[in-house]
Amino acid sequence: MDLIWQGLLKAFHILVTGDPEVMQITLLTLKISGIVTLLSILIGVPLGTFLALFQFPGRRFLFSVINTSMGLPPVVAGVWITIFLWRSGPLGYLGLLYTPTAIIIAQFVIATPIIIGLTSAAIQQTDPKMHLQIRALGATRFQYLWFLLKETRYSLLGAVIAGFGRVVAEVGASMMVGGNIKGDTRVLTTATMLEVSKGNFDVAIALSIILAILSYIVTLWFTFVQQRNRGGGSYDYGTKY
Amino acid sequence: MKQSLKRFRSLLVTTATMFALVGCGNSAAPAPQQSTPAAQPPTPSNPNIILATTTSTQDSGLLDVLIPEFEKKTGYHVKTVAVGTGQALAMGEKGEADVLLTHAPSSEKKLVDNQTVINYQLVAHNDFILVGPPSDPAKIKGMKTAVEAFKAIANSKSTFISRGDNSGTDKMEKSLWKTANIQPKGASWYQESGQGMGQTLNVTSDKGGYTLTDRATYLAQKKNLNLDILVEGEKSLLNIYHVMQVNPDKFPKVNKEGAKAFDDFMVAPDTQKMIGDFGKDKFGQALFFPDAGKKMEDLGK
Repeated sequence: MDLIWQGLLKAFHILVTGDPEVMQITLLTLKISGIVTLLSILIGVPLGTFLALFQFPGRRFLFSVINTSMGLPPVVAGVWITIFLWRSGPLGYLGLLYTPTAIIIAQFVIATPIIIGLTSAAIQQTDPKMHLQIRALGATRFQYLWFLLKETRYSLLGAVIAGFGRVVAEVGASMMVGGNIKGDTRVLTTATMLEVSKGNFDVAIALSIILAILSYIVTLWFTFVQQRNRGGGSYDYGTKY
Repeated sequence: MKQSLKRFRSLLVTTATMFALVGCGNSAAPAPQQSTPAAQPPTPSNPNIILATTTSTQDSGLLDVLIPEFEKKTGYHVKTVAVGTGQALAMGEKGEADVLLTHAPSSEKKLVDNQTVINYQLVAHNDFILVGPPSDPAKIKGMKTAVEAFKAIANSKSTFISRGDNSGTDKMEKSLWKTANIQPKGASWYQESGQGMGQTLNVTSDKGGYTLTDRATYLAQKKNLNLDILVEGEKSLLNIYHVMQVNPDKFPKVNKEGAKAFDDFMVAPDTQKMIGDFGKDKFGQALFFPDAGKKMEDLGK
């Protein structure tokens, strides 16, 4: 009990004084998760839409691969990316191992299938009659796609929240490809692991609280955006009604 | 409908802006150590060095003291990858690291002999100790040798936690079992944590078991542990740290100058003094004993 209390005090102290190292680690965590989420949306949403709308040979197989990758254990991504990025590996000449970019690559591999899978699931759930109707009304291809995305926006934001959540919580791959290097690639999850190894449980508790708060704020914001236009129900934020 | 479309668009824009802002927050590659312009450190052409080392140097806090000093002096940026000695040496063998700081002389010897590493220098030592619960079910307290104690632990089937990760400590432990002529692997009382020294001590304390640890990590964590030192002071339990450069002739991608600078730094008189003083203020005793220039055979005499 004493320890938990100490941890809470430490967290409060760090938050109030703005400990520069923890702030740097927190900003880096937010930056990496943000970039990865954005990239995986940019790639994942169009791919997911394409998969949902078009028939082509091997489509089912591709779906099975995507669905499996949605649960890809991060350490699997971590091992493979490490091997590729080694100096002696095929991409070694890029010199990316133990840089934030390496973490971004690993996280991207982990998050993108989730966005693809959930996007295509959302679009496939829409009423087929609606597709016919939009086309019958003479929508251009772009308008058609835009309308579809708009129709599924709640599910899409759900996909984004799932992707972000996965990335911000990830530790195994970040540790392997990033190396947990102080000031360089140390993020909140790997820093917490290290503090536990060092026996600084109060700091570890403080970091875990900061990570939880960070993750909550971002998710809260996404949720707010998601539910803003909905009105009614328990999520009525009063913007519309 | 038009309105809601507009709203959705604005939503997308805010999302993008937020990420862009976060992205630009601390631009490009983070450059954490911008020292004052008065004392400009030299700027090496290839400023990044990868140091592969053992967890004990990081978990004890020693590197947090030494690395900033080295970076300030030389302008290099050290990327410390703290893993077990086994993995650190493997990284050296593949040319994935520039410089190594490890503590398994018998395994290191192979790399020295086949010229994977050069500039092999003795840095410091401390010692391994056998720790266990204060109740001491195997009654090993005060025994003269670790081998004797290991036999008692095996005979009483008391819980023993091994690192099991091929680290320097793990290698030492394995060699002690071998000397004791016991094959503990697979026995119900013998468990492997598969983690670094710090974490393994936590597990051992929690399970009320015995483990072999380096003194530095134990002292640094003592406040959280319900473990006492039970066997210590045997000469064969010395824990000896060496620094070495990965051979640039074998691996052209290695940062030759940076590795040499770090190698030299570790044995320089000022650094040696810092190593010797480290921990005295916090733990009342030194965690490492500086040994630069000595011979390994002369240690512990």
